[in-house]
Amino acid sequence: MVERLVAYRRLLAAQVRSQTQYRASFTMDLISSAGFALTDVLSVLVLFRVTPALGGFGPAEVFLMAGLAMVGFAIADLTVGNVERLRSYVRTGLLDAVLIRPLGVLPQLLAIDFTPRRIGRLAQSVLVLAVGLAVADIDWTPSRVAMALLAPFTGAVFFSALFVAGATVAFWWIESGEVANAFTYGGRDFTLYPVSVYSGWFRRLFAYGLGFAFVSYYPVLVLLGRPDPLGTPDFVAWLGPPVAVLVAVAAGLLWRTGLRHYRSTGS
Amino acid sequence: MADLVIEARALRKEFTVRRKVSRFRGQRHTVAAVAGVDLTVRRGELLGYIGPNGAGKSTTLKMLTGILYPTAGQVTVCGMRPVPQRIRLARRIGVVFGQRSALWWDLPLRESFELLRHVHRVPATEHAARLAGCRRLLDLDGFLDTPVRQLSLGHRMRGELTAALLHGPEVIFLDEPTIGLDVVSKQAVRAFLAELAGRGDTTIVLTTHDLADIERLCRRLVVIDRGRVVHDGSLEDLHARYGSRRRVVVDLDEPVDGGPRVPGTSIESVTAEGRRITYALHQATAGQVVAQLARLGSLRDVSVVEPDIEDVVARLYTSG
Repeated sequence: MVERLVAYRRLLAAQVRSQTQYRASFTMDLISSAGFALTDVLSVLVLFRVTPALGGFGPAEVFLMAGLAMVGFAIADLTVGNVERLRSYVRTGLLDAVLIRPLGVLPQLLAIDFTPRRIGRLAQSVLVLAVGLAVADIDWTPSRVAMALLAPFTGAVFFSALFVAGATVAFWWIESGEVANAFTYGGRDFTLYPVSVYSGWFRRLFAYGLGFAFVSYYPVLVLLGRPDPLGTPDFVAWLGPPVAVLVAVAAGLLWRTGLRHYRSTGS
Repeated sequence: MADLVIEARALRKEFTVRRKVSRFRGQRHTVAAVAGVDLTVRRGELLGYIGPNGAGKSTTLKMLTGILYPTAGQVTVCGMRPVPQRIRLARRIGVVFGQRSALWWDLPLRESFELLRHVHRVPATEHAARLAGCRRLLDLDGFLDTPVRQLSLGHRMRGELTAALLHGPEVIFLDEPTIGLDVVSKQAVRAFLAELAGRGDTTIVLTTHDLADIERLCRRLVVIDRGRVVHDGSLEDLHARYGSRRRVVVDLDEPVDGGPRVPGTSIESVTAEGRRITYALHQATAGQVVAQLARLGSLRDVSVVEPDIEDVVARLYTSG
């Protein structure tokens, strides 16, 4: 097991080395990705110019929610986000070269396509979250500290599972295009705002069906000590981590099934 | 049997393809790329797996290497089932795809090899010894520090061969390793494979369209067509079965009308105004033909033409 980790670490290092070979393009990417977090923050703040509250939450509270969502997404995007390149591996048959090495397919793909410039996005998201935690009116208790630490990772597992499940589509449907992004990037945007601003089937599907309420909405309720205006019992907020694990397992099973459907195009 | 390295029974792989009927409607078809292949390969054998494009060669190889999941049938390689035991099997086999790289595009060849050492967990001394062997036999020294993306196809293929062998695999699968190579690189690859096969401890399965590869390397040929094995035996068996014969070409001083008959042969052609005659040998030997014609006293030159595998394979491909 340890030896296998060494192999993954070597693959990762090789990827970072070859990316930094193209130094100019690497720097450009790093700078351009700096804009992302700023855009997210602005899009939240702009709304508060026209309304004093969103779904019953004030600016500081929504800012905190956005911070949690952004950090969760940025962690997932940095570590697992590049799995979306699976599509090109399946289309070109390059996955063959991955399959003939004595290592797991998913960890190999994550290592050989690791994109270090996404670290910039994560750093900015962490900054937003830190500001959010500072400006929100939080009465700190041990359980709230625990929630503040757990929530970003719970969110990261949710988004990671979604990235993997979305990429798996390529095993069945090579021209799947950007369909999966509707759920990953769409999910990220969904979690920037309180669940209470959405309604109907849209809320039911994203918040409860896909579990996005666990990413930022429930954790913020716990941190602020507020009951859910939609009437969910308080303990539900703590189900986030175990639910995230279940979702990850489901995504893993989907991945294994998908791999068996790999057709290895061409000769 | 202990020394059977590859065993496949009724191996089958089907693909569903959609064919467009109209702009919006498609029809689903099931196509069997491999339609029941039986194959056993013993340790140390060098097997040529040949067939026309789309016959199922690559699909078979991908099922043997754990890339594709068979639709039906049993297969074991080194005593393991390739897909469920892919990772364990990957440590004991080497795979080279002529059209696909297993190397790191942006890294020098040397670094790709070093990475593979960690991927396969090969002890440093063992790795160094094998690399030294490959450097000598494949003449790698001139381009070890060149990034793979800058290598010529011939150099890259030598790199791919080395990459597939550094962990000391028991079986090596090569899918068209000489495709697109220049003559010098082809010869280097062939000589290397011949040397590897000569050592006798590595089993080699080779698919190729290059008939020189086959004549030079393969003692056993498995010919596959439309997903089925149509021939399994030596090159000589193939010649015998598909009626290709050795030929004797004689040049005579004086033209003989229609050519002199020789028992046990048939005349294939008479050219050069009746002075050059080509005999196909049936029961007679080349010596008997020469002896017979020498008695006529007008023999100027003789050459013996070995049967052409190209003809045989072409006949085989079109006969089905």
